[in-house]
Amino acid sequence: MPQQQTSLTESIGRLYPHAKPILPRLARGLVCALGASLMALAIPQVLGALVNETLKVDGDGGAVWAAVAVVLVLGALEAVFIALRRQFVIRPATTVENQMRVSLYRHVQDMTVAFHDRWGSGQLLSRAMTDLNLIRRWLAFGMIMLVVVALTILIGITLMLITSWRLGLIFLVASVPIVLYGFRFRTHYRIVSRLSQDQTGDLATTVEESVHGIRVLKAFGRGRQALDSFTEQAEELRATEIRKARSLATVSLIVSMIPELALGLALVVGVLSVADGQLTIGALVSFFATAAVVAAPVESLGPLMAMTLTAKTAIDRHFEVMDETSSITEPEHPRPVKHLSGAVEFDNVHFKFPDTPAAGMDLLNGVGLTLKPGETMALVGITGSGKSTLLQLVARLHDVTGGSIRFDGTDLRQFSTSDIRSHVAVAFEDTTLFSSSVRDNVLLGAGEQGDEALAEALDVAQAHFAYELPDGVDTLIGEEGLSLSGGQRQRIALARAIAAKPKVLVLDDPLSALDVGTEELVTERLRQVLEGTTTLIVAHRSSTVALADRVAVLQHGAINAVGPHAQLLATNEHYRYIITSLDDEETAGQDPDEVLS
Amino acid sequence: MSTYSGVQDEDNFLLDKGRSRQVRRRSLRLLGSMIRPVRAKFILTIILVALSQAARVAGPAIIAFGIDHALPALRAGDNLPLVMAGAGYALAAVAVGVLTASYINATARLAQTMLLDLRRRVFRHTQRLSLEFHEKYTSGRIISRQTSDLEALRELLDNGVNSLVSGAMYMTFTAISVFLMDWQTGLLIMLAALPMWFLTRWYQKRSQVAYRASRVASARLIVHFIETMTGIRAVKAFRREKVNASRYEELAEDYRTVTVRSINLNGIFQPGLVLIGNVTVALVLLAGGFRVLDGGLEVGVLLALLLYTKRFFQPVDQMAMFYNSFQSASAALEKVSGLLEEVPSVRAPKNPVALSGAAGHIKFDDVEFHYGDGPVVLPQMSLDIPAGQTIALVGQTGAGKSTLAKLIARFYDVSSGQLTLDGVDLKDLSGTDLRRAVVMVTQEAFLFSGTVAENIALGNPGASQADIEAAATAVGADEFIRALPEGYDTDVNKRGGRVSSGQRQLISFARAFLADPAVLILDEATSSLDIPSERLVQRGLQTLLGNRTALIIAHRLTTVKIADRVLVVHDGKVAEDGTPDELIAGNGRFAALNQAWEDSLV
Repeated sequence: MPQQQTSLTESIGRLYPHAKPILPRLARGLVCALGASLMALAIPQVLGALVNETLKVDGDGGAVWAAVAVVLVLGALEAVFIALRRQFVIRPATTVENQMRVSLYRHVQDMTVAFHDRWGSGQLLSRAMTDLNLIRRWLAFGMIMLVVVALTILIGITLMLITSWRLGLIFLVASVPIVLYGFRFRTHYRIVSRLSQDQTGDLATTVEESVHGIRVLKAFGRGRQALDSFTEQAEELRATEIRKARSLATVSLIVSMIPELALGLALVVGVLSVADGQLTIGALVSFFATAAVVAAPVESLGPLMAMTLTAKTAIDRHFEVMDETSSITEPEHPRPVKHLSGAVEFDNVHFKFPDTPAAGMDLLNGVGLTLKPGETMALVGITGSGKSTLLQLVARLHDVTGGSIRFDGTDLRQFSTSDIRSHVAVAFEDTTLFSSSVRDNVLLGAGEQGDEALAEALDVAQAHFAYELPDGVDTLIGEEGLSLSGGQRQRIALARAIAAKPKVLVLDDPLSALDVGTEELVTERLRQVLEGTTTLIVAHRSSTVALADRVAVLQHGAINAVGPHAQLLATNEHYRYIITSLDDEETAGQDPDEVLS
Repeated sequence: MSTYSGVQDEDNFLLDKGRSRQVRRRSLRLLGSMIRPVRAKFILTIILVALSQAARVAGPAIIAFGIDHALPALRAGDNLPLVMAGAGYALAAVAVGVLTASYINATARLAQTMLLDLRRRVFRHTQRLSLEFHEKYTSGRIISRQTSDLEALRELLDNGVNSLVSGAMYMTFTAISVFLMDWQTGLLIMLAALPMWFLTRWYQKRSQVAYRASRVASARLIVHFIETMTGIRAVKAFRREKVNASRYEELAEDYRTVTVRSINLNGIFQPGLVLIGNVTVALVLLAGGFRVLDGGLEVGVLLALLLYTKRFFQPVDQMAMFYNSFQSASAALEKVSGLLEEVPSVRAPKNPVALSGAAGHIKFDDVEFHYGDGPVVLPQMSLDIPAGQTIALVGQTGAGKSTLAKLIARFYDVSSGQLTLDGVDLKDLSGTDLRRAVVMVTQEAFLFSGTVAENIALGNPGASQADIEAAATAVGADEFIRALPEGYDTDVNKRGGRVSSGQRQLISFARAFLADPAVLILDEATSSLDIPSERLVQRGLQTLLGNRTALIIAHRLTTVKIADRVLVVHDGKVAEDGTPDELIAGNGRFAALNQAWEDSLV
């Protein structure tokens, strides 16, 4: 994961655009927080003054009532200030949190598939939940309290200096080691808090995988190993958290001990000064009274600094994701899509994944292929030859790294991606169904179409079983619903692609999980539906190839031959090698790669 | 009273009284069970907090001593009391610092030990829960239990002990001082407990609901987030971004609303407590003031009483914060304890029958199966599969082939009848023995993040690199693996993003090969393979299947034909049973299937 070193102010500065609209509210919150702590400080003083000035034996009962009224008013004010601080700050701070959360989600959703391969969803999740939570708390509480505490300490020290510059100076000198240690603490705590937040994200990723891969773990009885490696990770996190606490403990030790030691010294010096007559007892008492008030804010410096540093880490982590730009960019002036004929042209298409070594050959190394409008083209090639990748390029899930793909002669990068994807429908090999009804899943890309399209798509895909589900086509499926078998899922995904009524249909081995009988029925219906739709279909079996007008053979990153099935079967060694079933093994080529190259 | 258990009714946050008490008790029980093993640490932490609190109190006392005694002594020429006061103060300062640092460390250790324990418990438990549960309960929910719910607990543990103990100590000591000074004022302070109790009750009820709602909202948000990120390809291809974003925005706004609600409740609770405290101070002043007028109370005593009363209520702030995080954590633990309460429907035997070196003889005796209370999926059947036989299961999608396979792998338990391996009921086998003997490879070939080698090694964690490579070679995966950027050490990325699904299946084949079980179940494990790969696998299979029992579910008749015996499953029943040749020669379903398949070969 990318990680730049940024200073505390730089990081917090990045919050500014988000926090700007709520700054007035935050300022009001700050005033209230100051007011509340002022009240808390004033009440004992006022009590002392009132009692000493107004109450004496046989005095006026009215004076008591007056004093009670003053105390009540001050007391109520303190409570009101506390309530107001929250009132001013909470709603705006949660609004900022929410905006950042939604924009993170939008941003991540717009990032490329390659980005998602790189980032574990646990890492993204911990940014969307924990980190933003931390930022909100810092905005609403930490930041304000830091200012209040700093001001209180400043005022306190000034008062102490006024009372006795000598004693005050002792206290002031004591702050030097605290400030110096503060810098060390900052460096160290920043590192561990970053580590802890990253490890939290990784742990979430592990949990996610252990749940999504539960079948494999169960099938091999590897629950124990999974638990062990999870424990190892969780123990690492624990160790980091304990390190974090140790760092905080050391700073707390210093922050609570050094001022107190200074006060101990001040006590001795103070008593000596009083004895010398250089200081009055009253001044000494008042010095220590102020010191007692300052003690609490000084001690809270440690936790507040820790909170600020954690917030900084959260901000850094948030913007790390937000700063990533999608390599698939929208054109500035997208071409309007009017009437696509469905002609698709691959012109010297190159593709390699961004993190593959530069020296290696491109996965797709100059693919040239032309699909006529309405034509059905089967794409065959051995496992790992790049068929699925080629299909994903058509929906612009990845961008070509060289050459171009053209629709009706226009590079597809000149259209908006959303236009492209509304005209290209894909059925993936690994079928993702969403937590929703069968109806919603099938009509996902279908726009305004209704039940008719649903019925047709389910019929073509031979997914009639949907009607027999507990709530028919309104049955909830996907993660939060009924779980379907592999074959059933595949048929729903196929129906989804068909229902979108696209100009270009891209099918990635859509019949692999179907039994022969069902496959035959689907193939037959597909053939009718595909008429007029340009279709690119990845096929592993000759039965699927039968759907196609022509077949393209992908080998070594390029199209090695194009033609009707029968012709290729007769002329192309590699094709025979790929498509000929085991029964006819004798007729298949032995080592086609050598024969061809 | 309604009776729910486990995660049932989890999304309901407006619970009736009895139910609310039930889940709250469950949550506190869980908290108790987490504290029990760390009792000693827990008590030690409390002692440290108490000691540091005591050291803090010593400071002002020493100052008072310094001014009241050391100063006159100094004037009288005796500087020993001053030296003692100075040294005493320094000692107290060091004690405060050291004790504070130690309780921060002790709290972290305590909190982290408890969290680790709970994390592991939840992880282990979710691994133990049967597939039936996982098919209903979303992964997003489990993740939310493991992340944001535990986060709420962590907040409580981080600050809870400290604020509760120091607050309670402070209040107790101050109250004692007040009583010693003037019992009437002491009673007045105690009187303040009454409105506080009412306010707390009010807050307790409201915040319970609010925090429950917040747990539900956050789980929904997480579920949606995870679903989007794991299905990102489909999201993009079908342009779901806008719809998703507005759905997420809605959920995030819900979450924000409930968060604000819970914080605002605390925003009434906390200043409310402060107000009650301040009003009490005024009352003490009122009562005391008139007693001063009567001459019944000295002015100095009244002032001291007032300051003590004010101080008595100081930690109320802290206590409110503690109670707030306690409420939040309890709501979270309600959810976690619900998950932990779920009982796996497939249970490990109490007294397992040992089985070493299984032969692989499988027998179904009047087995019947249905999911939960659902309709019968497999009607009564008996079946005998001798050790070493290769069986092909054929039939339409949804005919019940996978169910049959899952029963043998004990992903589900039979509803009635008996299913045995080498004469031992599957239910009597320990998990370890069962998994060593029976391995199932499914169509969905999940890869964990890590290297290719690590993924294969999942089949046998003790395997050497050579074993791993041999297994890969045997199933024909070696060649493509070596062609990967870093060969066997290539990271497969998230969900095998960079490896094609055919290659994924080859890797999971290698996994099974390495596991070397007595019974191997292949559930559509070859469906994504192209023919050349399948050919390679097929060759590997011949050797792999040689001496073990195998159950193959496949649509391709090429795979079926290597079987010793074919079972045609129809509507959950075995419709045909025989060798491939026998069945082809007949005129049943398999013969028809074979014909259709022959026709499909162009």
